[in-house]
Amino acid sequence: MSLSREAVTKVALLARLELTPEELDSITSQLGQIVDYVQQLSSVDTEGVEPMAHAMEQHNVFRADEVRPSLPREEALANAPRHNDEYYRVPAVLGD
Amino acid sequence: MNATQSATAHDVVIGLEVHVQLATQSKLFCSCATRFGAPPNTLTCPLCIGMPGTLPVMNRHAFELALQTAVSLDCQIAPFTKWDRKNYYYPDLPKGYQISQYDLPFSHDGHLDTYDPKGNLPVRRVGIIRVHLEEDAGKSMHDEAAGKSDSLIDLNRTGTPLLEIVTEPDMRSPAEAKAFLTELKLLLTYLGVSDCNMQEGSLRVDANINLHVPRNGETIATPIVEVKNMNSFRAVERALEYEAGRQWEEWQATGQKMGDVPKQTRGWDDAANLTRPQRHKEESSDYRYFPDPDLVPVVVSPEEIEVITKSLGELPAALRSRLESEYGLSAYDSDVLVNQGRSLASYFVQVAEACGNGKLASNWIQQDILRLLKERQETIDDFPVSAAALADLLRKVDQGELDTSKGRDVLGGMIDSGQPAEDVMLELGIAAVDESELTALCEQLLVENERIVADVQAGKVQAIGALIGQAKKRNPNVNPGRVREICLQLISKRA
Ligand SMILES: [Zn+2]
Repeated sequence: MSLSREAVTKVALLARLELTPEELDSITSQLGQIVDYVQQLSSVDTEGVEPMAHAMEQHNVFRADEVRPSLPREEALANAPRHNDEYYRVPAVLGD
Repeated sequence: MNATQSATAHDVVIGLEVHVQLATQSKLFCSCATRFGAPPNTLTCPLCIGMPGTLPVMNRHAFELALQTAVSLDCQIAPFTKWDRKNYYYPDLPKGYQISQYDLPFSHDGHLDTYDPKGNLPVRRVGIIRVHLEEDAGKSMHDEAAGKSDSLIDLNRTGTPLLEIVTEPDMRSPAEAKAFLTELKLLLTYLGVSDCNMQEGSLRVDANINLHVPRNGETIATPIVEVKNMNSFRAVERALEYEAGRQWEEWQATGQKMGDVPKQTRGWDDAANLTRPQRHKEESSDYRYFPDPDLVPVVVSPEEIEVITKSLGELPAALRSRLESEYGLSAYDSDVLVNQGRSLASYFVQVAEACGNGKLASNWIQQDILRLLKERQETIDDFPVSAAALADLLRKVDQGELDTSKGRDVLGGMIDSGQPAEDVMLELGIAAVDESELTALCEQLLVENERIVADVQAGKVQAIGALIGQAKKRNPNVNPGRVREICLQLISKRA
């Protein structure tokens, strides 16, 4: 297994996910399998192959600087667990 | 004793990180407006609130403004640039990542020279490590209503195009940091890439500061502190002054060197005039950057850079030195005019060219036109007297047809009536006095006032004032200065 419990704990913290010890065990094992699967790519010899910045050959895709109507606020807030009709409401954010 | 002025020599080392909102109509990756001050959460769409299935498309104009800025800062423009996801979890960042640039920013290695018209500060070439383009986050505020411990989120700002400009730690005093920021803002204003309004958050500054202390032939660097929450250039200067003093005291007390403690972030409290440590977010510094698969890279050709370079127009530093060399202005005067912005500086150039006296044009614009613009609350673009019309008036002043005070009256009439100087003079009954007429008048006065002539010849030059008074009685339109000159000339010829 390529992924440690500590690494998963850290990633969970970064994603603000609270995991029970049981969840941590099962996710560590599941994520480890995914990492192992992707790890197979390491067996390919990439000597002298330029790293790609993107999977597509395309570049310079732009749009014009034009304003289009935004969502009505009601719709924008509709999916939020909590709001006050003007703002999204979230648990207190401390400091800056 | 103020620790920053301590007898023990040490360097204060400052680098800046400046965020500038670009003056586009729409956001960086979607078509929502970037307008400031709209009701909360009325300028968002599925993309900028991070709905699954949406795809960002880059605003061409934002990229152009970014290029203009980088070129003006003498940066190298990368031929190939891409966007990366900077992952962190915060309520004002709906996607859970900010689209930014990590290892291949679109520009790097530039510089900007600081400028101080009074010459008190050295000219400092401040290196620009990189300029990159990213999206802004939303805003969070504490809900004070009903004592609830909630935060309120407004996502209008989410996705506004933002330039991050990172300098080398090249500044050696808080005053230099302020001078750099002032020059940077002037440059951005000339380019028109941002309104640079700090109150509205269009320009935001963070500073890194530490001390270099010489000891036993070596230089010891103290731990770097990042200072945030400074809302004006003056606040930046004051915060850094405070911090330099605080660090010196801390160094003397603890002897801590760079690397002994983790990098600290402190917030400036303007009212209390001090910095306070901010909550450590050591975990969140792990941003796990990776290329954003939703955005394709951008390739910039040398031809495009050429076109951008040519489109920039004359920039402040070049304009200042041209006003000095071509129109004979002092560093102070050229700085005042250039600081008024591109329109006013070009108004000055037109007036100076047309009237042929740069110093006179500068004096009139600084003393009269700027005051009038302030009183009338308008910009030079709306000012009713064109550069050509003002130059016409100033030519008359320059040739002695009008003295300064009459010139002001005429200018007032020109503003009120929209008529050229000539017509206003007629209307006000100010006739230009012909030089030969004036000379004849002066000769007449000398004949009639032999005693005054004798006094002047005896060295009492101030006696000439009585002649000027008499001349004005006979012809109110005479220019007193010119009467004085002609009389003195005639008297010296007699001697
Ligand atoms: Zn949007």
